[in-house]
Amino acid sequence: MLLFWEILGVSIVLSIAQSFWAGLRQRMRHMWPIFTAAILLLGLWDMITSGFHLLPLPYFPGPAAVLRSLISDRGLLADSTWHSLALLLSGYTLGVIVGLVSGVCIGWSTSVRYWGMPLLKVVGPIPATAWIPLAMVVAPSALVSAAGLIALAVWFPVTMLTASGVSNTRASYLDVARTLGAGRAYLIFRVAIPAAVPNIFIGLFMGLGASFLTLVVAESVGVKSGLGWYVSWAQGWAEYGKVFAALVIMAAFFSTVMTLLFKLRDRVLVWQKGMIKW
Amino acid sequence: MVAIATATEASSLRIADLSKSFAVPGDPYARQLALDGISFLLAAGELVSLIGPSGCGKSTLLRLIAGLDSPDSGELFVGSEAIISPSAERGLVFQDPNLFPWLTVRRNIEAGLVARGVLREKRHEVEEFMRLVGLEGFANAYPHHLSGGMAQRVALARALINHPKVLLLDEPLGALDAFTRMRMQDEVLRLWQARRTTMFLVTHDIDESIYMSDRIMIMTPRPGRIDQIIPITLDRPRDRSSSDFLRLRSDILELLHFAGSPNE
Repeated sequence: MLLFWEILGVSIVLSIAQSFWAGLRQRMRHMWPIFTAAILLLGLWDMITSGFHLLPLPYFPGPAAVLRSLISDRGLLADSTWHSLALLLSGYTLGVIVGLVSGVCIGWSTSVRYWGMPLLKVVGPIPATAWIPLAMVVAPSALVSAAGLIALAVWFPVTMLTASGVSNTRASYLDVARTLGAGRAYLIFRVAIPAAVPNIFIGLFMGLGASFLTLVVAESVGVKSGLGWYVSWAQGWAEYGKVFAALVIMAAFFSTVMTLLFKLRDRVLVWQKGMIKW
Repeated sequence: MVAIATATEASSLRIADLSKSFAVPGDPYARQLALDGISFLLAAGELVSLIGPSGCGKSTLLRLIAGLDSPDSGELFVGSEAIISPSAERGLVFQDPNLFPWLTVRRNIEAGLVARGVLREKRHEVEEFMRLVGLEGFANAYPHHLSGGMAQRVALARALINHPKVLLLDEPLGALDAFTRMRMQDEVLRLWQARRTTMFLVTHDIDESIYMSDRIMIMTPRPGRIDQIIPITLDRPRDRSSSDFLRLRSDILELLHFAGSPNE
């Protein structure tokens, strides 16, 4: 009977509230199938695990056990989330900055493209996690090596997409700018880069996906903190309730970060409104 | 030819014996001659149009005048200055308005001022040019919200804010529907009469060239040569259905018809 009263209570409150609050009613009208499906799935999970014991324990705890772990270990989970966030942001930011600079250089200058593109094509596709053995030897600490690997994972797609966006700037935009008196700085920073922004965002999204993966792997092999570490630590103690709790946190954490990037894109690309469909 | 005194006037345009060829795709040794010995003079403040069949090198000629390409041989002058690279002195408006989609109407019009680093001193002119082309209410709209005619007005304002000596127009009204097109022809004429900018209009619309220009140059295709120069002395504003207008129209049609055929 997990959460039964809670779900019932929230439903009653919402159904009363929606008759006063039109905005909520609109939203609920749109969202109710999703909510219903979520509640049913939760019930199904509960039935399969705690109800009929169809899945082996301790590997598949029921929702109640996961919720208990979430609550009882909230301190460590919050701390791990915080560490993951700090590591993710530092690595991602570094990767984005370096990626933008190298992408613009490769996209704009033919000589940089000549030398840079082969390097990018050979080194870039290596998964960042494959560098872990080397990174652990070279870097002064596991944390630095993890941040570096995340940056590397982000750098490749950001560079690639930025370079292609910049080099594919419509020639007529550049021609028009020249006849308006534009010099090189204007052509690069006010024509080529803005024209490449839709592409750059694709690179940012791809880089973000790669950074999640690298973060979790790096944390579970070297770094002694963060959600990735927490998962492998909990697994070591066979506390699968905690493993699932960490997965729940990760889902919420990563999708929030992703949503923030979508919001940023919508704001920056307001001039494309109605033109983008992803 | 026009007197030498006009030739050195600051906003006259002089083209002398200009030739340009291009590599033929797929054949490394062959070159296609696009322009062959083009010479003409546009007096300051004159509106001259260039008509000719498509593919005759009209746009190539405009790109050379804009400084976006360099000729194989020949010389180009604005006033007494040789054209060697693109400059804000020679504004260019294409058939596609080519507005920067990431900038609002106001920022598009400001672009030339920003590019030249004079936005601070000249900011007051932005309002003036928006008013000039009738876009006051659209300052903060993005280009994809504009109709074709409105977008082309923005493109005109963006080119004119630099006070170019010569304005090059590459079929600027070619993509507009017939009604918008006629309205825009009057609009361009109004801008021209208000500012007396030297204008060079490439078009394939004979009516447009008769309606608008002081002189019409007719170009032959492959290689492009100036075949005829026809002065249009009709009083402005011109009546598109007057008998003189229609006579000119049929004369030019005839010229264009024969211009392409070497047997005539």
